[in-house]
Amino acid sequence: MTASNWAPYGVELKSRFLLGTAGYPSPQVLAESIAASGTQVVTVGLKRTLAAGGDNGFITIIRQALRERGARLLPNTAGCRTAREAITLAHMARELYDTPWIKLEVVGDEHTLQPDPWGTVEAAAQLIKDGFAVFPYCTDDLVTCQRLLDAGCQMLMPWGAPIGSGQGLINPFALRTLRARLPGVPLVVDAGIGAPSHAAQAMELGFDAVLLNSAVSQAVDPVRMARAFGLAVEAGRAAFEAGVMAPQDMAVASTPVSGHPFLID
Amino acid sequence: MPETLHFNDLTLPCPEGLTLASLLASQQVEAAQVATAVNGAFVPRTQREATVLQPGDTVLTFQAIVGG
Repeated sequence: MTASNWAPYGVELKSRFLLGTAGYPSPQVLAESIAASGTQVVTVGLKRTLAAGGDNGFITIIRQALRERGARLLPNTAGCRTAREAITLAHMARELYDTPWIKLEVVGDEHTLQPDPWGTVEAAAQLIKDGFAVFPYCTDDLVTCQRLLDAGCQMLMPWGAPIGSGQGLINPFALRTLRARLPGVPLVVDAGIGAPSHAAQAMELGFDAVLLNSAVSQAVDPVRMARAFGLAVEAGRAAFEAGVMAPQDMAVASTPVSGHPFLID
Repeated sequence: MPETLHFNDLTLPCPEGLTLASLLASQQVEAAQVATAVNGAFVPRTQREATVLQPGDTVLTFQAIVGG
């Protein structure tokens, strides 16, 4: 039995693994990692041009890989510090990538790259009005998440830990709270995941998907790591759907016995 | 001294009537490969021809890159 599908903004997807495209050693390794991951959504960005337009070699191979796989692009607003910047960049991304999907990032702190909740909510509200399907990168704060839903977001992407830190889920309590308080809302753990076990943990908590980049691109062998994450995500989701047993404080014997198995005093 | 505008990292002359589309063409920019902003505001591809630039304007282009 395979795990069920999910449908951010009504687009049904089999894969629950969203993969970033930055920091790979070569375009070929990136293409092979995309294929090995099984992903159907890859993230991309925009940057200021310092010379004549054109891509850097990676974008061409990303588009090619997506055509072959029927996967989708998710542009981001990385580097934006204000709602206004993020809104402007989102409009540019929609034109360049021909998609209404946008991973909204409004950073509020330079050292942790923690999302600015006020800026993110403000930008999300405007972008929803402008017809975007907003994938907001946010913290695990419940009320911020509720405000993003109030603004019209139909899904959320709380962090597991700061971007690129690889620390895993530093606040499982907050993530469990989100899952419990926001039933039916697609939730994606975005950022901070370092190992496949972290991804599996997020999925076992009932999150709908994970998004990561550095854990694959910075691995010794990114292609094999992409495969490892794909398996972990699938396993974690299957475990959630199967129902993980409740932990117990004391031992509970697993082997059935009648009285004492040994009669020697 | 001729009036100028800022285009990415360049300072360029800004003759009267210069449009965003003609500026991109004069700088050999592949128009379909970039998104544009004038003074921080997005200018859609469809409005580049009608966007007349003024001395002192800042024109930025953005291109697709990898991202997380």
